[in-house]
Amino acid sequence: MINIEINGKQVTVPKGGTVMDGARQLGIYIPHFCYHKKLSIAANCRMCLVQVEKAPKPLPACATPATEGMKVYTHSQQAVTAQKGVMEFLLINHPLDCPICDQGGECQLQDLAVGYGASESRYQEAKRVVTNKNLGPLISTDMTRCIHCTRCVRFGQEIAGIMELGQAGRGEHSEILAFVGKTVDSELSGNVIDLCPVGALVSKPFRYSARTWELSRRKSISPHCGLGSNLIVQVKIDRVMRVLPRENEEINECWLSDKDRFSYEGLNSEDRLTTPMIKRNGQWHSCDWPEALIFTVDGLKSVMERHGAKGIGALGSAHSTLEELFLLQKLIRALGGGNIDHRVRQADFRADSNLQGVPWLGMNIADVQQLKSVLIIGSTLRKDHPLLAHRFRQAVKNGAQLNIINPMDDDLLMRVANRAIIAPSEMVNMLARVLKAMIEAKSSEGISKHIMQSLEAVNVTDEAQTIANSMLTNSPAAIFLGNIAQHHPSYADIHAIAQVIAKLAGASFGFLGEAANSVGAYLAGAIPNQGVLGSEIKHAEPPFNAAQMLGNSPNNAVPPCKAYILMNLEPELDAYNPQQAMKVIDNAEFVVSLSSFRGNITNYADVILPIAPFTETSGTFVNTEGRVQSFNGVVSPLGDTRPGWKVLRVLGNLLQLDGFDYETSEQIRAQVIPAEDVITRYLNNDLKDYAINIPSEEMIGLQRIGEVPIYQADPIVRRAESLQLTSDAAPPKVWLPTVLLEQLNVNEGEIVRLKQGDGEVQLEVACDDELPFNCVRVASAHSNTIALGALFGEISVEKL
Amino acid sequence: MTQSVQVILADVNPTDPENWRLKSYLKRDGYAALKKIIANKIPPENVIEEVKKSALRGRGGAGFPTGLKWSFMPRQYEGDKYLVCNSDEGEPGTFKDRDIMRYNPHILIEGMAIAAYAMGAKTGYNYVHGEIWETYERMEEAVEEARLAGFLGNNILGSDFSFQLYNHHGYGAYICGEETALLESIEGKKGQPRFKPPFPASYGLYGKPTTINNTETFASVPWIIRHGGEKYLQLGKPNNGGTKIFSISGHVNKPGNYEVPLGIPFAELLEMAGGMRGGRKLKGCIPGGSSMPVLPGDVMMKTDMDYDSIAKAGSMLGSGAVIIMDDTTCMVRALERLSYFYYEESCGQCTPCREGTGWLYRIINRIEHGKGRPEDLDLLDNLADNIQGRTICALGDAAAMPVRAMLQHFRDEFVYHIEHKKCMV
Amino acid sequence: MLSTESLEKINREIAKYPTDQKQSAVMSALAIAQDEKGWLATETMDFIAKYLGMPAIAVYEVATFYNMYNLKPVGKYKLTVCTNLPCALSGGNDAANYLKQKLGVGFNETSADGLFTLKEGECMGACGDAPVLLVNNKQMCSFMSNEQIDQLLEELRK
Ligand SMILES: Cc1cc2nc3c(=O)[nH]c(=O)nc-3n(C[C@H](O)[C@H](O)[C@H](O)COP(=O)(O)O)c2cc1C
Ligand code: SF4
Ligand code: FES
Repeated sequence: MINIEINGKQVTVPKGGTVMDGARQLGIYIPHFCYHKKLSIAANCRMCLVQVEKAPKPLPACATPATEGMKVYTHSQQAVTAQKGVMEFLLINHPLDCPICDQGGECQLQDLAVGYGASESRYQEAKRVVTNKNLGPLISTDMTRCIHCTRCVRFGQEIAGIMELGQAGRGEHSEILAFVGKTVDSELSGNVIDLCPVGALVSKPFRYSARTWELSRRKSISPHCGLGSNLIVQVKIDRVMRVLPRENEEINECWLSDKDRFSYEGLNSEDRLTTPMIKRNGQWHSCDWPEALIFTVDGLKSVMERHGAKGIGALGSAHSTLEELFLLQKLIRALGGGNIDHRVRQADFRADSNLQGVPWLGMNIADVQQLKSVLIIGSTLRKDHPLLAHRFRQAVKNGAQLNIINPMDDDLLMRVANRAIIAPSEMVNMLARVLKAMIEAKSSEGISKHIMQSLEAVNVTDEAQTIANSMLTNSPAAIFLGNIAQHHPSYADIHAIAQVIAKLAGASFGFLGEAANSVGAYLAGAIPNQGVLGSEIKHAEPPFNAAQMLGNSPNNAVPPCKAYILMNLEPELDAYNPQQAMKVIDNAEFVVSLSSFRGNITNYADVILPIAPFTETSGTFVNTEGRVQSFNGVVSPLGDTRPGWKVLRVLGNLLQLDGFDYETSEQIRAQVIPAEDVITRYLNNDLKDYAINIPSEEMIGLQRIGEVPIYQADPIVRRAESLQLTSDAAPPKVWLPTVLLEQLNVNEGEIVRLKQGDGEVQLEVACDDELPFNCVRVASAHSNTIALGALFGEISVEKL
Repeated sequence: MTQSVQVILADVNPTDPENWRLKSYLKRDGYAALKKIIANKIPPENVIEEVKKSALRGRGGAGFPTGLKWSFMPRQYEGDKYLVCNSDEGEPGTFKDRDIMRYNPHILIEGMAIAAYAMGAKTGYNYVHGEIWETYERMEEAVEEARLAGFLGNNILGSDFSFQLYNHHGYGAYICGEETALLESIEGKKGQPRFKPPFPASYGLYGKPTTINNTETFASVPWIIRHGGEKYLQLGKPNNGGTKIFSISGHVNKPGNYEVPLGIPFAELLEMAGGMRGGRKLKGCIPGGSSMPVLPGDVMMKTDMDYDSIAKAGSMLGSGAVIIMDDTTCMVRALERLSYFYYEESCGQCTPCREGTGWLYRIINRIEHGKGRPEDLDLLDNLADNIQGRTICALGDAAAMPVRAMLQHFRDEFVYHIEHKKCMV
Repeated sequence: MLSTESLEKINREIAKYPTDQKQSAVMSALAIAQDEKGWLATETMDFIAKYLGMPAIAVYEVATFYNMYNLKPVGKYKLTVCTNLPCALSGGNDAANYLKQKLGVGFNETSADGLFTLKEGECMGACGDAPVLLVNNKQMCSFMSNEQIDQLLEELRK
């Protein structure tokens, strides 16, 4: 530790710390532009010059290491003269167009110019003008305002992991730009808007729509991936105008993914529902709430009369709030049924009864950065978890070895130490090989006989060996199952083997939570075999899980439900097998949809109850690390929209069920999350007594790799206009390795026919030679591919 | 005084096309110093000690004591260490390194090999100025010769000392002469200087300990090893050991490189260069490359050519580029051209230099074109103040110092320009 | 994209640097590509980026930072005249003016016949030989009096 003195005050900074670090600790503000606590030090703006005793010239506080006994003056004559000199230089070529600049009101240059600028300019020469650049649908530029702090460039290099912006040219002619003809496509790109201290990089969707001082700032929580990013939602006249990060070191730090930042556009989309709607005699009518609710109650009752409560299936998206999911399961169970689930993209439920608790990350988000070896199984990491990917990236930068077992080899923008890129049908085998390698290297102690037997026929490969070694020799280590693993038809086996591997390696084991409330949905009891907080539920007949309800059960003898209650779901986009799901839903007698958006609901539902998205209701999300985060509505519900929890509560009342008298969402939350309880004790990734099954024969024929594209993952983001213009939202193509292209005699760019089950689509072909042999990559959750079947499994490709 | 002893250019014959080759160099006792060190297994510390004794000071511009710089390299460091030669000679007026490389390339190679030996560096890069392609090609050939003869490469001269040397060709950026910009450039980036600390000795090329010296600095080393540091020191003056190559340009009869002992009177040097062209009067002289303050002719004529004397006279010896200006020179125009240079060559990284150099140039350009304003001179002075000492690298100082010195010594001329909207010469 | 000869040259440059530092060869790779193609088109820079495994924008940064890269097509011969102070004191500007007049172009322009592009250069480290000019980044011509310039142009025109 080093002791220094700043403006006469003592402060201690760690070795290697700077004068700026010391000042920040003391709460002394030193003006700066290029310095940013999360980025490397550039020391290029020179705004932070301060006087240091014995130094002949002023020194930049951001870059000057603290040395024992150093005396610093941040506001002395020398310091202030230097700072004013720099400010003058910064302003000579700046357009000073604050009145028309979007940054006005939140501009660091504007703020500091007030304190450090002269009232009149001594610069009489012509000002520099810089042409604007097209950086894509999210970032708008006004490059004449740029002060060359290079924060945006460093962000790309250091945080996003991809250098898309650079400073070309030199001297006064230097400009921030992307490579000729390129846009900025990183899924974290919007952060440069926050980083830019002036109005050079501003939000394209937000541009010109409001002045910053007209906006009120409200706190919220992101409803998308499992991270649970903290948000500031900015509101003007009851409309969400912009979303910014709310700093939380333990979750999103000061960043947001583009999905979290820009998907608010979906909230204001044309497709929003504003009134309840019912279908009578094949005709849709808007109606008032009482009518819609009575219609709903009648419909449900009539199904129950004929088929009993087990005839009703309830499916709620894990993007719903804890309160909504709690009430949905409570409603179904109070009616005497039990068909409730949120895991609509899960295919394999064999290990459901072996689960010992709620699957979660297995560790704190922030601790990911400390890992030294990581194995990620089945994930499009960057696209499914953009900001978690950044944590992994930092870990890799700090020396962690990243190992992946995945059916595709997309660029993760970080160094991958070992990779096993294999067909989905090979994943269980691959894990078995890693396990075997580990047992051979370490010991078989504690490994069940059954597993030892199943491993007999397994041959260790080099890939498996290196991955096993990486986990064994580097600690702390961790294994994570991504979305692809969780959707996989052999999820249970993947889960079980990964768990054994983790135990053997002394590694932490966890899940990358797919949705904002993947953990919360379990806690709320929105699963068939357990109630709130894992409480036991007794059933005469086992209730249906999501796969069974949606007709995707291996045991097709089980008839699916006669009525469905869908919450925040678009089954044709959200189900593991949309073809099958739509078949059973179309055949149902009665379908209720609680949704914020109209979408295709009128094609299959009988009643539509418009419920509020996260910005218009209070609620709670429990993120993937088990952190409970509640929020309030930031605007009032649109039109006749009502918060989901209120709608479910009234339904409960109308159905004359007990215990539906909640006044506030807090009361509901208290039913799930007891105040004094530690929620983490309900989190547990272990499977008990699950008998692992390692497939012996290889799958023949072509198999699909069906991932969910980043901007198709949930109903809100699907409607975010600007995000839909990004390259990540481009219509899906069918990706094949060259061998397959040759076998099929098709070329890139050609259109082919794809068939799964009794559905088919035609898509453009593209080549990806990193794909395993006989694998066909076709994204799901997109209107162009909903006619297809399961995310994984057989698919056929035909030349047209 | 005659050219009593030459250290670097001794027996160098530019007119003989084979003179630069290894064969000729060996005849001139070339590589004797390297052989001596290796044969006698002289401990690296002793080599550094010898260089310290010689009072050799960096010839790249800053005049930093070379032996001291070498001693900063971490001895015990396990990983790779690098040695880098700064042959990016771009300081206006300087053209000595080019001659060393094209007429006596092996002396540089030998000097670097000795330095590598002394500091435990296994790899070296010689960064050659972009515009001198033919010289770069020659360096490539010379390095190949040395490699084939066993003076470079693995197990040099059968010892366990190994040193690989490569040439890296610049491509037109003055700023790459600044040592950390040069390192960035070798790393394949824009040549933008790094903030120091950390200094290259702890965090240099690829983040590894690195020592950077000028071509002439390295080229002085073989002589020092052969004849001893003491002897080298005696060639010059205390604290200003050895000889120095002065590049003389401008209004003289015989512009060119002159290697002379440090401390000779300027008048003598001027005479060696054939005296003033056309017998005109010496108006001003920039004694150390364009970045250094100009001195009036009469001051120069009384000054000796060594680091300390020139500093006392109010300028700096810098790279030893002596720019001679006679009484036909318009100082406003001269300064305008220099300011344009710094404006064009600023790397654009830090605010005072990026913005300030352009501003300086535009004002001087205005004055030169008869559009000066009375308040401009104070403004120039103040802007130079706001640049100097506030930038990441010394280019900011290099842009500011000439302005201040010109205004200090030739203010009348600037005033005349502003008042009369034309030149007085 | 580039000839095998150029690629071999680039490979030789790459070999000068540690194996994980291929980017160090970007300057020479660009120079070699420019020698082959005359200038650096976007595709050329993109190719080099991929070849060296670096971001395209980082290649662009380099290509725009150093003076001697041609980001636009130039004439068959690019003539760069040093006009910096030491050269100017010995006729650098006169040489430049003479060239302008002979070629009928200003700086950064190409003669009507497409043969010559004239550039203003900064110090080439050859001030003792002033006036100096550089042909196509490679050939340094010293003491360029008007007669010498005439002779050079004549030779190049051949
Ligand atoms: C703008 C600028 C340009 C420089 N140009 C050169 C140069 O062309 N050659 C050189 O050797 N040193 C140059 N230097 C000095 C180097 O930074 C460094 O001090 C020198 O190479 C060290 O070598 P030495 O100790 O042998 O002098 C320059 C410095 C600055 C700030
Ligand atoms: S002083 Fe000029 S050249 Fe040096 S770092 Fe700053 S901008 Fe670049
Ligand atoms: S904040 Fe220190 S130089 Fe920019």
